[in-house]
Amino acid sequence: MTRNDNMGPLTRLLMNDAQGRKLLMVLVALAVIIPFCNLVFPQDSFFHISTYTMTLLGKYLCYALLAIAVDLIWGYCGILSLGHGAFFALGGYAMGMYLMRQIGDRGVYGNAELPDFMVFLNWQELPWYWFGFDQFWFAMLMVLLAPGILAFVFGFLAFRSRVTGVYLSIITQAMTYALLLAFFRNDMGFGGNNGLTDFKDILGYSLQSDNTRAALFIASVLAVIIGYLISRFIVTSKLGRVLVAIRDAESRARFLGYRVEYYKLFVFVVSSMLAGVAGALYVPQVGIINPGEFAPINSIEIIIWVAVGGRGSLYGAVIGAVLVNYAKTYFTGAFAELWLFMLGGLFVLTTLWLPKGVVGLWAQIKEKQQIRKAGSAAANASAQGDVS
Amino acid sequence: MKTFGKNSLSKAGKVLAMTALAAGVSLANAADTIKVGVLHSLSGTMAISETTLKDTVLMMVEEQNKKGGLLGKKLEPVVVDPASNWPLFAEKTRELLEKDKVDVIFGCWTSVSRKSVLPVIEELNGLMFYPVQYEGEESSYNVFYTGAAPNQQAIPAVDYLMNEVGVKRWVLAGTDYVYPRTTNKILESYLKSKGVAEKDIMINYTPFGHSDWQTIVSDIKKFGGAGVKTAVVSTINGDANVPFYKELANQGVSAEDIPVVAFSVGEEELSGFDTKPLVGHLAAWNYFMSADSKENDEFIKAWHEFTKSEDRVTNDPMEATYIGFEMWAKAVEKAGTTDVAKVEAAMIGIEVPNLTGGMAKMNKNHHLSKPVLIGEIQEDGQFDIVWETDGVVPGDAWTDFLPESKNLISDWTAPVSCGNYNVVTKTCGGAVATE
Amino acid sequence: MRMYCRQIFLALALLVSFTGQVLAAQDADNLKALTSQLIAANYAEKEQLAGQIAALDDERVLPILSALLEGELFYKKDDEQILIVKGDAINNAFSGDAVDVPGKRDKKKIGVNNSLRGELRSLIARAQINSRKESVRLDAAANLLKNSADVELTLVNEALAKETSSDVKDILSLVRGLILLKSEDQAERITALELLDGSLYPEVRASLNQFISGFSEEEIKTRKTEYTAATKSLASIETLVEMNGYIENLYFGLALGAVLLLAAIGLAITFGVMGVINMAHGEMIMLGAYTTYVVQQLMPDHTGLSLVVSIPAAFLVAGAVGVAIERGVIRHLYGRPLETLLATFGISLILQQAVRSVFSPLNREVATPDWMAGTFMLNPALELTWNRLYIIIFSLLVLATLALVLKRTLFGLQMRAVTMNRPMASSMGIRTGWVDALTFGLGSGIAGIAGVALSQLTNVGPNLGQAYIIDSFMVVVFGGVGNLWGTLVAAMSLGVANKIFEPIAGAVLAKILVLVFIILFIQKRPRGLFALKGRAVENG
Repeated sequence: MTRNDNMGPLTRLLMNDAQGRKLLMVLVALAVIIPFCNLVFPQDSFFHISTYTMTLLGKYLCYALLAIAVDLIWGYCGILSLGHGAFFALGGYAMGMYLMRQIGDRGVYGNAELPDFMVFLNWQELPWYWFGFDQFWFAMLMVLLAPGILAFVFGFLAFRSRVTGVYLSIITQAMTYALLLAFFRNDMGFGGNNGLTDFKDILGYSLQSDNTRAALFIASVLAVIIGYLISRFIVTSKLGRVLVAIRDAESRARFLGYRVEYYKLFVFVVSSMLAGVAGALYVPQVGIINPGEFAPINSIEIIIWVAVGGRGSLYGAVIGAVLVNYAKTYFTGAFAELWLFMLGGLFVLTTLWLPKGVVGLWAQIKEKQQIRKAGSAAANASAQGDVS
Repeated sequence: MKTFGKNSLSKAGKVLAMTALAAGVSLANAADTIKVGVLHSLSGTMAISETTLKDTVLMMVEEQNKKGGLLGKKLEPVVVDPASNWPLFAEKTRELLEKDKVDVIFGCWTSVSRKSVLPVIEELNGLMFYPVQYEGEESSYNVFYTGAAPNQQAIPAVDYLMNEVGVKRWVLAGTDYVYPRTTNKILESYLKSKGVAEKDIMINYTPFGHSDWQTIVSDIKKFGGAGVKTAVVSTINGDANVPFYKELANQGVSAEDIPVVAFSVGEEELSGFDTKPLVGHLAAWNYFMSADSKENDEFIKAWHEFTKSEDRVTNDPMEATYIGFEMWAKAVEKAGTTDVAKVEAAMIGIEVPNLTGGMAKMNKNHHLSKPVLIGEIQEDGQFDIVWETDGVVPGDAWTDFLPESKNLISDWTAPVSCGNYNVVTKTCGGAVATE
Repeated sequence: MRMYCRQIFLALALLVSFTGQVLAAQDADNLKALTSQLIAANYAEKEQLAGQIAALDDERVLPILSALLEGELFYKKDDEQILIVKGDAINNAFSGDAVDVPGKRDKKKIGVNNSLRGELRSLIARAQINSRKESVRLDAAANLLKNSADVELTLVNEALAKETSSDVKDILSLVRGLILLKSEDQAERITALELLDGSLYPEVRASLNQFISGFSEEEIKTRKTEYTAATKSLASIETLVEMNGYIENLYFGLALGAVLLLAAIGLAITFGVMGVINMAHGEMIMLGAYTTYVVQQLMPDHTGLSLVVSIPAAFLVAGAVGVAIERGVIRHLYGRPLETLLATFGISLILQQAVRSVFSPLNREVATPDWMAGTFMLNPALELTWNRLYIIIFSLLVLATLALVLKRTLFGLQMRAVTMNRPMASSMGIRTGWVDALTFGLGSGIAGIAGVALSQLTNVGPNLGQAYIIDSFMVVVFGGVGNLWGTLVAAMSLGVANKIFEPIAGAVLAKILVLVFIILFIQKRPRGLFALKGRAVENG
């Protein structure tokens, strides 16, 4: 491993990560080809990719980033957060507030300052927490800070008191549930149940134009790539080793002198920020953010994406997110009445027969093949080392 | 150890090509059918209400096909499940319009689902019929609202209670979302304009699915115990109604003491209750199953045959779906095409029979003129119609009882062609006709 | 209203002056004529007719008016014969003869609306105040109290004079007080104030309030004795009412706690004892509620009994499904507790959809037996609901039974042994797999029982379970995983806390505050109120 020092940081990151390399290549290719096919080829061409497909893939990518964020803390640090949807939604709300301010006087009541729902609720002036959201940079800062600060405060309290395991899971669920109820209240000033919608443009570009959509799509791809690299950097660094140690035996790690709570807190905050970014990219692509995103059930679903893909492998999380959501899209269209059976069945079967997710299945098959070949199988299997 | 190489790249390419094939290429379908999109939740919290409307549309399509379809083509329903998930409503709308290329969509129930669909349907210039009573404050070129606006439900109901029952004290109870908020705001301003004092109005909001009503019902009881006739105007939504009414019954609040008039409780919701203790509580709708008319009898008969069950009830949103569908069919015949702009133009002024008798007419603001009925709950889960408006009431997109929408009107015909036209400044704010 | 009363008295006066025989015959004819007019009359006319009918001297007046009130008065469509329909028995309203009405649509109900119902009740009350049965007189007196504005003093005085029961007397004297309070005569008003003093009936409070607000600045000085007496008794009433309000609120809190407890007990077993993050727990509750519905469909005429039968039925149904889930899925996942979350979540989706496919997505109707409906009165300002009381008792019973099973039976012993040390238990000859299945079945079965109780309070629909799953987890975690006692304390304290916050902050904020409180509490005591050693704690 010493020769790693001679290489560039990126190469070093991907050195032992064959699947990750493939994933990144697919992503880069997607970023080029999909917008190209959408914008260049005419609608009736064989190579045309519809805006529907592009926004759908864009949505999957946001979910993929969210899955990476969850896998980072669950797969590598053993923190099962049942409230990660909250960070996603907070990032989404930060973006939504910016987009709301961009509407300006084009709302139905033509008020330049206040969003429609505030005019409607007889609010006279903008509440203080809406200030600054007309600036893109400020909103983007908030996309990171709002989830980050919540995660910091929450994590600081929880990890310091050594709340672990199911207790932690349940209080994260309580957190997102409390936020759900709070955001439902119209008096909170976030649009109540209807949330924020009817966005017009972002940075001056219309959200309804295909060019903007393509740009958002490319931004999502980049976000997934960057999120992947950051997470990869963390898990391959010394810090990452400590995290895995905490996951496997927290008390021992503590006895060895590691300040377990700080490691956990750090990775929890990073993960929440990644989730926030995912939310921020999600909102302009689907066109609405509402308290439903805080629903505890959404957070559970995220866990399921990661589990289906393969806990503890970052690319597995991406695969899981895309796979489950594609299944959902397909089933709700094709078997509207039966899709819950299929989705439920998928989860049960995955946990029973694919304990390491789809990625693990792949590894299992490969392993069998290589045992059959009786070659130098052992060396290759250890390349999967980060799978627990 | 593998390195970056052609091998991986070509794999990536393959994957990509497959994705493109699977998702992006829409098969060019010969236009031998007219496609009717159905966008109602079949799972999740809203399935309880929306599944019935899906069945209604399917029934209407079947009946239309029996009559030979439209313009010589058969109708083909395309059903999707947005699963009570609001962003999914937008996504499924895009799927229906871009992938399935439907000619019309019947769909949505909640306001938030409609708000989620709105930008997509306007961008892709689709056509949607929305069949549920709602808060108003909206008018889109691409949407026809066949449910009641607040002036077609809330205000007549309050008039009835005030003038016929002599109610002097009012509880406005609702679920905390936009429809009750708007309705209560309109009612509050309306009641005050009729001289009701602030202290005689109690407003209460509860979250979705609220199940513990002990405190609130007890408060209502105390509020109503002041010796003055009190009524509850309920905009409580969906699942919260059953525990609310059960608590009312258990605490002994009878309709004679404190009548509850509901805007979201119809025959279908009642079919999940034991209505014995609720007899006499009220609802305001544009349709009741008990209405006496030939059209209604036929509709109920067809519904029972379609569902193969004599027990299924009909309700107001079903009538709104029925009217919407009949109007659309008539407009398509009139326009000779399913082109959105031509159908939209043909829609305005079209009349079809109400199931309660008389004719419903589509107005320039994409809302209907319909009669308003008040019914009292009976032991058998039906409503006994105790009052109705003299004539039809035209739906008002922008209410006159809110200061900010007082001056707005909606008129989708030339020369205004605008969903929110300010009659004072003579300007059109927000959305304008795209064609 | 006044008018009809005058008619009654007119009729009474006439009665005195003529011989009864002749008039009774006339009245019988009038009764038929007036009743028949009900068919075509509108609601305002029906009220007048009802007043006229009440004024007639005929023993059939009361049954007819009662039938009209209960919606049991029908007419035959072809010959406009007036019928009284009680269940399947159809009788002529006047002769009492059985009438054969072949089709369902051949007869039509004579409609009543709210205001007519109110009118009928007060007419009937006036007749029934002279009834021989004390309970009937009590109801009638309560009704007169409600409608005191329309009651004549003479009627009350006469009734008071012959009344023997002190309960009825108390109410009647209140009615008298309410009437006298409006008198022109000061002495009568003062008598009224004495009669009304210390009564907690809302009608009294409302009247006193109106009485006081009727005073002008000038009159406060001139009629000082009345004014001070009224304000004083109103103030003492208000204090008592306020205190009763606190008791009522505590009761509401305990009732909410009982619901939480019922919802959570099953989870305290499957999650608390076995460590399965059981997302399908809510669906077990749902299955219990649907079982109640099915049992009730099977025995439609015995609402109360069906509810009792539903308890074991729901236990068996949900328990059997629980055992099946354990054997089929969860068995393979021990040692991987977090993965049980995924599998049970999948199962919950499947069960929801299954119920939706079988029973339709609509809510199902579960009737409430009469003994569970209504309120019991501790005092006139404090009426508590029966059903909540039953649910509080029921939840405690379920908990006690479960505690007994765990502490006193062999199965309970084995279960605890497996929880504490599986390999040791296994080597002592306990079939751990079998115990696991039964334990999960027990937890699920109890969730099913909870469903029976919840079917009386809320919707029986596919989403029933979803509504309780989060609260259930909060209760179990707050109480301390694996500790039944903790679950009880947690459920009750969360219920009461919720109801303490609710009047101050509103329903939504109260709930948020409780959640924040749980989050903060867990920081202080990371293992909940009562921590327990066991495999759930170790694995987390």
